[in-house]
Amino acid sequence: MEMEGGSSSGSAGGTQTHRRFSPVRSRAFYKFTQQNLPACKPVLTPGWVIMTFLIVGIVFVPVGLVCLHASESVVEIMDRYDVECIPEPYRSNKIAYIKDSSISKNCTRMIKVQKHMKAPIYIYYELDNYYQNHRRYVKSRSDKQLLYGLKYKDTSSCKPEETSNGLPIVPCGLIAWSLFNDSYAFVRGSGEMSVNRKNIAWKSDREHKFGKHVKPFNFQNGTLIGGGKLDPSIPLSDQEDLIVWMRTAALPTFRKLYGIIEEDIDADEIITVHLFNNYNTYSFGGKKKIVLTTSNWLGGKNGFLGMAYIATGTFFILISVLFALIHVKNPRPHGDPTYWSWNRKSNAS
Amino acid sequence: MNLDGETNLKLKQSLEATSIFQSDSSFKDFKAIIRCEDPNASLYSFVGSMEHDDKQYPLSPQQLLLRDSKLRNTDYVYGAVIFTGHDTKVMQNATSPPSKRSKIERKMDKIIYLLLSALVLISAVGSIFFGIATHDDLEDGKMKRWYLRPDQSKIYFDPNRAPAAAVLHFLTAMILYGYFIPISLYVSIEIVKVLQAIFINQDIQMYHEESDKPAHARTSNLNEELGQVDTILSDKTGTLTCNSMEFIKCSIAGTAYGHGVTEVERAMTRTKGTPLINELDDEDHEENHVDAKSAIKGFNFEDRRIMNQNWVNEPHADAIQKFFRLLAICHTCIPEADKDSGKISYEAESPDEAAFVIAARELGFEFYQRTQTSISLHELDPMSGRTVERSYRLLNILEFSSSRKRMSVIVQDEEGKLLLLSKGADSVMFERLAKNGREFEEKTKEHLNEYADAGLRTLVLAYRELDEEEYMTFNKKFMAAKNLVSADRDEKIEEAADMIERDLILLGATAVEDKLQVGVPECIDKLAQAGIKIWVLTGDKMETAINIGFSCSLLRQGMNQIIITLETPEIIGLVKSGNKDAIAKASKDSVIHQIREGRKLISSSSAESFALIIDGKSLTYALEDGVKDMFLQLAIGCASVICCRSSPIQKALVTRLVKTGTRKVTLAIGDGANDVGMLQEADIGVGISGAEGMQAVMSSDVAIAQFRFLERLLLVHGHWCYRRISSMICYFFYKNITFGLTLFLFEAYASFSGQPAYNDWFMSFYNVFFTSLPVIALGVFDQDVSARFCLKFPMLYQEGVQNVLFSWTRLLSWMFNGILNAIAILFFCTSAFQHQAFRKGGEVVGFEVLGATMYTCVVWVVNCQMALSVSYFTLIQHIFIWGGVALWYLFLLVYGAIIPTISTTAFMVFVEALAPAPSYWIVTLFVVLATLIPYFAFAAIQMRFFPMYHNMVQWIRLEGRADDPEYCQVVRQRSVRPTTVGVSARLDKVSQLITRKVHHAVHSL
Repeated sequence: MEMEGGSSSGSAGGTQTHRRFSPVRSRAFYKFTQQNLPACKPVLTPGWVIMTFLIVGIVFVPVGLVCLHASESVVEIMDRYDVECIPEPYRSNKIAYIKDSSISKNCTRMIKVQKHMKAPIYIYYELDNYYQNHRRYVKSRSDKQLLYGLKYKDTSSCKPEETSNGLPIVPCGLIAWSLFNDSYAFVRGSGEMSVNRKNIAWKSDREHKFGKHVKPFNFQNGTLIGGGKLDPSIPLSDQEDLIVWMRTAALPTFRKLYGIIEEDIDADEIITVHLFNNYNTYSFGGKKKIVLTTSNWLGGKNGFLGMAYIATGTFFILISVLFALIHVKNPRPHGDPTYWSWNRKSNAS
Repeated sequence: MNLDGETNLKLKQSLEATSIFQSDSSFKDFKAIIRCEDPNASLYSFVGSMEHDDKQYPLSPQQLLLRDSKLRNTDYVYGAVIFTGHDTKVMQNATSPPSKRSKIERKMDKIIYLLLSALVLISAVGSIFFGIATHDDLEDGKMKRWYLRPDQSKIYFDPNRAPAAAVLHFLTAMILYGYFIPISLYVSIEIVKVLQAIFINQDIQMYHEESDKPAHARTSNLNEELGQVDTILSDKTGTLTCNSMEFIKCSIAGTAYGHGVTEVERAMTRTKGTPLINELDDEDHEENHVDAKSAIKGFNFEDRRIMNQNWVNEPHADAIQKFFRLLAICHTCIPEADKDSGKISYEAESPDEAAFVIAARELGFEFYQRTQTSISLHELDPMSGRTVERSYRLLNILEFSSSRKRMSVIVQDEEGKLLLLSKGADSVMFERLAKNGREFEEKTKEHLNEYADAGLRTLVLAYRELDEEEYMTFNKKFMAAKNLVSADRDEKIEEAADMIERDLILLGATAVEDKLQVGVPECIDKLAQAGIKIWVLTGDKMETAINIGFSCSLLRQGMNQIIITLETPEIIGLVKSGNKDAIAKASKDSVIHQIREGRKLISSSSAESFALIIDGKSLTYALEDGVKDMFLQLAIGCASVICCRSSPIQKALVTRLVKTGTRKVTLAIGDGANDVGMLQEADIGVGISGAEGMQAVMSSDVAIAQFRFLERLLLVHGHWCYRRISSMICYFFYKNITFGLTLFLFEAYASFSGQPAYNDWFMSFYNVFFTSLPVIALGVFDQDVSARFCLKFPMLYQEGVQNVLFSWTRLLSWMFNGILNAIAILFFCTSAFQHQAFRKGGEVVGFEVLGATMYTCVVWVVNCQMALSVSYFTLIQHIFIWGGVALWYLFLLVYGAIIPTISTTAFMVFVEALAPAPSYWIVTLFVVLATLIPYFAFAAIQMRFFPMYHNMVQWIRLEGRADDPEYCQVVRQRSVRPTTVGVSARLDKVSQLITRKVHHAVHSL
């Protein structure tokens, strides 16, 4: 028996003598069965660790700077209007106001543009404390009905907005029923701005999830009206605000695309927004905001990614420097087992 | 019958009263009543009596044939069946086969409980929050979250029945967060273990070519347990030894003959590298010995001075002649001549007797015929130089017994001289020497000590010439004693024998090696270096056991031997009186007393090492309830423990005592049917698939062909398997916690409604495709250090024994790492993808985009974590790890292409939304790297400042200093605990002694 193993190269003799195990099999297979395959055995040496930290840090910082710059270059204007758009006398009882359909929900907001905004400018509404990701809500839809319309009967998942007055509802379910129905019109000094409300939904949704020949039916005809109504003459695949709404948000604070302004807005310009404040967020105390923003390759304004990259990158570089300092100042005598914690233990015992 | 591990001939006799019945017809009117004890497990005792013709005859074990015995030298026997089936002694010694689970698996169960409670806890937390939120939805008939229609709710979301909804939600949550409990872990572990077992079976270095037997892991349950063995309980015969005796040395008339090298000397030479201990005067003898080795079974003697009839020219030729003649005459062997070749072989009661006769034959004193009254030899006549036939009249045989420790024969040679030829243990022989027979006493004693230390079985030979008169008196007395039927018959015989066996003249001493199996001393040494304790449990006599202890270096000169035995005069006296209760009480007291004394001895001196030797009878009492803890304490304090004369059930009981008493892993190794109980009782039973039949192998967990393979099995495979399984389990918990917790944390954003963050199929495939194969690869292939280093640094094994890789701290840190990762992933993803557009088209992040992104991050993170923790990267690992990640993207692509009614939220999500968005890739990169940093930094710091032992060995390999023998020696020396047993320890002692001597010499100068 070979005491010191002979594992690295001593297998050649074995192949010949022990035929039972490896008749004509390949050498690689023999090495495999003897657990002796060529392998890379990475060890976290100080050199490697320092290099890794340094390289990652060096990559991270510029990426962070680029991201931050991208985010900073986005111009974003936000206006919260859920409180302001309620006339003074109703402020104490907002819910009564919003539920009372006899009162006009007209409201006008002035938004000052700080910086030049280059087209396209995206209009979002932002809701807060709104759980579109609630299990009951998310499930309350029928994908098949959206695609096939009334032909598809099994819409039990839509309850309680499945039928109304004994007739099926298209589109059924809580999501569609609670469709957001505030509307905005934008006026700048020179006149009304055109808002493009096409192409705001995902293409795949329009083409594959919402039927081209499925038209709203018996929608919002119940006793309790939820949100917006739909034009029964337009097929669902063209009701883009519905499509956008029905892509449920992941988080309770979310924005949804309302439309796109296809013209630039100059700095210091004042935009007048005529809006109908129809949607009830007052019951659950959610805010409503209107957001105008430009966009670039990274999307909208969010400094988090850039800052995070820069911060961690800097941190990595610092750590690598620290490691390098320690390593140079006291290079570890690697073979010294007194460093080894358990030797200390056993010596003590 | 091999219940005591030996396949030797056992002498069984019928009662003299019944020996007249020789044919079937004689039993026609035979009537007898047998009274005997109840069925019990003791193999060496039997109490009973037979009433025949109104007379009582005592029955002893000599009249008892045990089940499974094989008859030799007779074709049939007449007998009465006493016990059958489960009442037989063999079956009484059997233990029911247990189902064994490894310690790691048992601990894993506890972890599962822990996780289950964590699961219940977070589900409960979630349910409470959910209940509150649901309850708040309806206030005084007014809906708050009207879009959920709380007024028209089923029970699951009904604000009016919020508690019920919460309870139902609890069940939902238990299923949703069920990823905390890694059910796939059990499946994966089974797969991994089977593959590991295949690797063990395939190991060429555990393949025994002569017998064509590879190692065979018969159960895959215990692979990792092999890496945690604390105590090995070994059988002796057939396991450590080959059960063959070899005549190797002798001392005749004060001259030592025999150049044979014992296994232990060979091991020491090999370990040291120089023949320091070797007493060879010239080296080439060793080579000669190797050539001549095993030419004749039982004979390994090499010395030109007396072989080939050269002894005639030696100074004490007459003594040599008498010496070998004695060996040829004084025995109870039966010669069997092979008809074709004329070669003579011998049938002996014990293999050492056979070895003597063979030795005598090889040296020219061939014993070839035995009749009732004579023994005939071919021997050399020194005068004529020719071989002559000589026959000796056999007058009396004074048989061997354990109390007499000697045997003698009285013969009359052809010249009419009366000779008493005697051989026996040195302790009884020296005191029987005549004044004029002590010529060589000093020299012989010196040689005896050397032999004993080398583990050789020694006997002293002496003779005496009798005159007629003396013999007549003796014979009269002896015959009278023999014909007695009273209880003190044996005593009388002994007395008579005692009278004649005195005034002997010393001839010399023999040394017989109980042949160890190849590589046993080295293997024991390695195991001892690895910190494994080795106990020997044998059915052999105490002397034999001690000899073997010496030859495998478990004992050495200078070790304090604590011998616990009931062969003390008082007890023997009591036994004669026959009062059972008194015997039991006195025996117990004596054992307790001896154990106390032993413990006192140990506690009084810390520097010395102790060995405990206990015999079967004492063991019976030592294993009783009140005593066994005390006994265990004593045994733990000793460096080696040898239990001799132990029955199979005692072996099992000792094993159980060690197992339950120390709560460490025990491994039992044995080859015979008598070891079955022990193998089954131990945590791991290793069977030697040797000559002793298959019974041990059938009841073992791992079968190997040779004891020496144990070294590789434990130090290499055991270590690897332990490491693999423990890393694998830790990692598995980690990855499932990482995944499960992201689900839970996301719930905080979804008002704990139980909506999973990911698509259902994503979740189902997590443990099946994207993360499963790398774990299995880790469990099957990972090696912290190569086999070579495992063997070079046996202390590495202690990682398993001390269970450092599967300690609660390690486990909990992995879980903590999982928690940390889950938080990091969720936090980073939600912060980066808040509510703003995530791509140029102004699209915002929906439910499906965030889910897919988080899932991508989880898959990346757990797979990269795997890549970080793997220390052995073969192509397979690369394929599995990166394949897992690639598979995820592939799946996303394929699944997303299926029609939306099936793929629901995953529809086109990758092609349309994620892949074209730079922010998705940037977020992934950031989350993965930032999440892995804590572990990476931790691992780097540990490697640098607090390396574990395997890290140290990795350093050594890395720095390429493995080939620097001096350097390795330094590391190893410092890491190896001072071992107290084994070849190395023995070498250390010897070198210490030499240093001391040198020191002394210098001082005296």
